[in-house]
Amino acid sequence: MSTATTAGARAHARAQGGTVVECMPTIPAGDGLSWAETVPGGGYAGKRLARGTTLRLTDLYGDACVSVLLFNADEPWERLNVADTVKVLWQAYIGEGHLLLSDQGRVLASVTAGAQDRSDTFCGTSTLTSNTDRYGDGSPHGMTPAGRELFTLAAAKHGLTRRDLPPCISFFQGVRVGDDGACTWLGSAGAGAIVELRAEMPLIVLLANAPHPLDPREAYTCTPARIEARPGLPTAPTDALWSRTPEGERALLNTADYLTARGIA
Amino acid sequence: MTATAAPALVAGRIVLDETVAARAPWSAIVRRGQVLTIVDLYGNQAVDCLLYNAEDTSERYSAPDTIAAQGGIFLTTGSVLRSSEGRALMRVVGDEVGRHDTVGGACSRESNTLRYGQHTKHQHACVENFLIEGARWGLGKRDLVSNINWYMNVPVDPDGSLGIVDGISAPGLRVALRAEMDVLVLISNCPQINNPCNGFDPTPVRMIVTEE
Repeated sequence: MSTATTAGARAHARAQGGTVVECMPTIPAGDGLSWAETVPGGGYAGKRLARGTTLRLTDLYGDACVSVLLFNADEPWERLNVADTVKVLWQAYIGEGHLLLSDQGRVLASVTAGAQDRSDTFCGTSTLTSNTDRYGDGSPHGMTPAGRELFTLAAAKHGLTRRDLPPCISFFQGVRVGDDGACTWLGSAGAGAIVELRAEMPLIVLLANAPHPLDPREAYTCTPARIEARPGLPTAPTDALWSRTPEGERALLNTADYLTARGIA
Repeated sequence: MTATAAPALVAGRIVLDETVAARAPWSAIVRRGQVLTIVDLYGNQAVDCLLYNAEDTSERYSAPDTIAAQGGIFLTTGSVLRSSEGRALMRVVGDEVGRHDTVGGACSRESNTLRYGQHTKHQHACVENFLIEGARWGLGKRDLVSNINWYMNVPVDPDGSLGIVDGISAPGLRVALRAEMDVLVLISNCPQINNPCNGFDPTPVRMIVTEE
């Protein structure tokens, strides 16, 4: 097909429509979903999500490592605080039943499914510097993108900059800490593992899928992750999770207090 | 209690020697090659610390990059304090305690309401110190990230349980940090009174900057 003329170029462009690849958004999402997308290894995604939405992440082939950042969609300077998330709830290994806390003493999201031994709150994601040392490059345009570079791009599309990128939580690849403080990489639970996060307030969610910083494999190894978000209801006082811990209950009460004052409870 | 008159941990010409009052913030730029000695004058006083590239504060301390690069969560002699871009901001060149925390973050009025109850909302906290001192340098809330807690003891149990427990520091113990680039050091001398991080009694600390 000649692209020497406008008409030819237009026909050439339009002939590409409908192409299906593995890593792409599904639009419309269908099946009652509000977001459906497959993110490649070395890829990123972001979305504003309504309160109550359940975001399901699936490690399709067993080598995904999805790093997550969460922001209050209305005031994005309120954002995930990993230190408070582990300290306030007295638990570093994040799984089903944990609450992901902001720096304002509120709950951004609850974890409604996910293996506690296949998440990481310690090591964050890779940088241009670390991936250049490790793989020879960490640029988004290269073959071995760094997680922080991917987050920088995802953030920019919501008006956010590097200043807005705090430490993240990563899912699917586990880390254990010994008595001496040493971190041991556990690898993944294998293909088909899922994590579900429920938005407890309107969120901006940023996801970066890049190899875990402690992944010892020489080659940049990261496989696609599936995203499926479904509208739903936030945690209610009648749910067991609401009163699972006194700290968590106060966090959910603070969240309800904030949303009530804001007029969107 | 009496303060121990401790000199800088790394010998050199003193360019700054200041005492930070209990509960107070502090900041200074430490030039590349200079050494900052922090002295825990009265023992078991958590010193919350953030670091910024003085030339571009969008590059700042990163706990996860520091942890991942050294393969462990405790900070001690030899630890390289890395930035959000994976570069060395400072290096721990001396430590008389043995290990320090970078997992537990800073106390805040807001997190205090979760940890201890709403009655703590109007107690002073480290984030208040970071915000007011950071504002002097044009930094705001977006610039606060997971920090270092010198002298704070946060073990992780085999089941992942984690918490601030009694400290292992003592009066006069020092930690020394050599700047690997020009670094803005932001400090909160922790005012927390609801857990053992300050022995339930916040006390002054001393900051000494030396150079060869």
